[in-house]
Amino acid sequence: MTTRLLEIENLTVRLAAGKAARPILDGVSLHVERGEAVGLVGESGSGKSVTCRAALGLLPEGAAATGALRLDGDDVLTMSPARLRDLRRRDVSMIFQDPRASINPMRRIGDFVTEGMRAGGMQQKDALKRAEELLESVGIREPRAALRRYPHEFSGGMLQRVMIAGALAGEPRLLLADEPTTALDVTTQAEVISILTRLQAERDMGMLFVTHDLELAAAICDRIYVMYAGRIVEAQSADGLFNRPRHPYTAGLLAATPRLDSDQAPHGVPGRPVSLAEAPSGCAFAARCAHAQPSCTEQEPVQREIDGAQVACLRVEELIHD
Amino acid sequence: MAGFLLRRIAGIVATLFITSFLVFGSVHLAPGDPASFLLGGRSASPAAVAAIKEQYHLNDPFLVQYTKWIGGVVTGDFGKSVQFRQDVAGLILARLPTTLWLIGYAALLILVGGLAFGALAALRRGVVDRAVLIGTGVATATPSFVAAIGLISLFSVQLGWFPAFGNGSGFGDRISHLTLPAAALALTFVGLLARVTRTSMLEELGREHVEVARSRGVPGSEVVRRHVLRNALGPITTVTGTIVAGLLVATSIVETAFGLSGVGQLLVSSVTVKDFPVVQAVSLLVVLAFVTANLVVDLVHPLIDPRLSHAKGGTR
Repeated sequence: MTTRLLEIENLTVRLAAGKAARPILDGVSLHVERGEAVGLVGESGSGKSVTCRAALGLLPEGAAATGALRLDGDDVLTMSPARLRDLRRRDVSMIFQDPRASINPMRRIGDFVTEGMRAGGMQQKDALKRAEELLESVGIREPRAALRRYPHEFSGGMLQRVMIAGALAGEPRLLLADEPTTALDVTTQAEVISILTRLQAERDMGMLFVTHDLELAAAICDRIYVMYAGRIVEAQSADGLFNRPRHPYTAGLLAATPRLDSDQAPHGVPGRPVSLAEAPSGCAFAARCAHAQPSCTEQEPVQREIDGAQVACLRVEELIHD
Repeated sequence: MAGFLLRRIAGIVATLFITSFLVFGSVHLAPGDPASFLLGGRSASPAAVAAIKEQYHLNDPFLVQYTKWIGGVVTGDFGKSVQFRQDVAGLILARLPTTLWLIGYAALLILVGGLAFGALAALRRGVVDRAVLIGTGVATATPSFVAAIGLISLFSVQLGWFPAFGNGSGFGDRISHLTLPAAALALTFVGLLARVTRTSMLEELGREHVEVARSRGVPGSEVVRRHVLRNALGPITTVTGTIVAGLLVATSIVETAFGLSGVGQLLVSSVTVKDFPVVQAVSLLVVLAFVTANLVVDLVHPLIDPRLSHAKGGTR
């Protein structure tokens, strides 16, 4: 068996420091194959960003992690700082949510795009030449002039393209995208997504795409993981998830999406999302679930395989109607 | 850019005119009669007093006195010192080099010390941070004359490393003579700058682009230099400008304590004997230092933060 590009096994993260001590992730397992686009979907506070950042070895301050997180077989959690820097320069890159906050406003665009390359020892001249090619590949006009401009001279959509160019500079094998379109105008979201998916396919990168938008994830990803309160509650192919959601939470998320071709108003999932620290015993979703039974609050559901889907719900067999 | 500079210089000239009036007015409102100081407390003939009053235009109405004085000032004539009977401009120019050396030396100490301690506190949270906070608190609260006495007693009297008195001549001798005064002058402001640096850096450390830089494998020291310290420079520059201009005032105490014949000491001795032409001229010099420092800070800021660029009218 060949090693997977990214393999997260039973990752549990808790904040250990003082009063803020609380669990954030509980037994998260997922994997991304080479060239595969994988979605990670959930509401805010579900732990999807923490999971995503952990793949870069970026854990919240004072956090302790157990389990394994391997990139091509190398455990990221136990890497030396020097090896970790190398990993971040060459193997894994991340595209952050808000490009205006993520790119230093006081430095030039060229400085941002070449930063990782120069940290890896590349000459300034070569790095700038490569940055020009990268900016061109993400559709920035006059890339040479753009290198000398500052972030405030660009729109949010253009800056996110710059961010993508910067993320591709080290020719990573794995691209992490943490809600890359959430902070953008609707009109520019589609452009950024198409650039992202085109480059991912061209360069045969694995991609972990974090979003709260289930439909967006279904459109661009091969497989999707759904997270709730620090746990993965469902995992299956994008088509399967969209057509036959197995977990009541996934079904609720799909029903909450507004649709043009329906007269019915979307109905949201009742209640508010909880974090892992607040989650009661048993199934964390039970309090908001229309199908909850007394047993749901007593027993924590384990993941089971149903028709090629991994689902963590006690009543999943009973709820299958098709 | 040129337009901005012209507007600012016009503003500075206006500021100087207004403050010149205030300075002149407040010196004349202060109690005491320069004529009696001039005569050294001796009783003099009414004729002698009248002659002195005539020489310094003391009998004219206030506005006439001011007009005569300001008319001289714009041509570079600040009048004659009452106590030295010399041109005020010449008196100040003779003492300016010592004061400028002292200010430059102290500014260097303040910048190096303030940035180093501030950065140390921001980057090493916990014991080091708390120690720096306490240390800078003590430093800020120590008056410079207390610091002067302490430094003289330790480094001059007990250890004998530095002289306690005098200006010195030539570069090395001057540095040696100015070390203790500069340290006494710098102490308070090192604490101030360290605190501003610490706060500003802590704010920048929490920015998302700092985490982004780390996530790209940029080594920690580079992240601090290129993203944290670099972006924290705005408030640091503003405070440094004010401090350096304020040093001109602070020198009066330190120069007196260390027997340096500089502008600060000239100001102190002139105030004591109500040598009003000198007090007025030095006060104007202080105002000039403040407005110049502010101008320099405003010119430097766009170099630090491109979003403040004057050339493009500050788009966005």
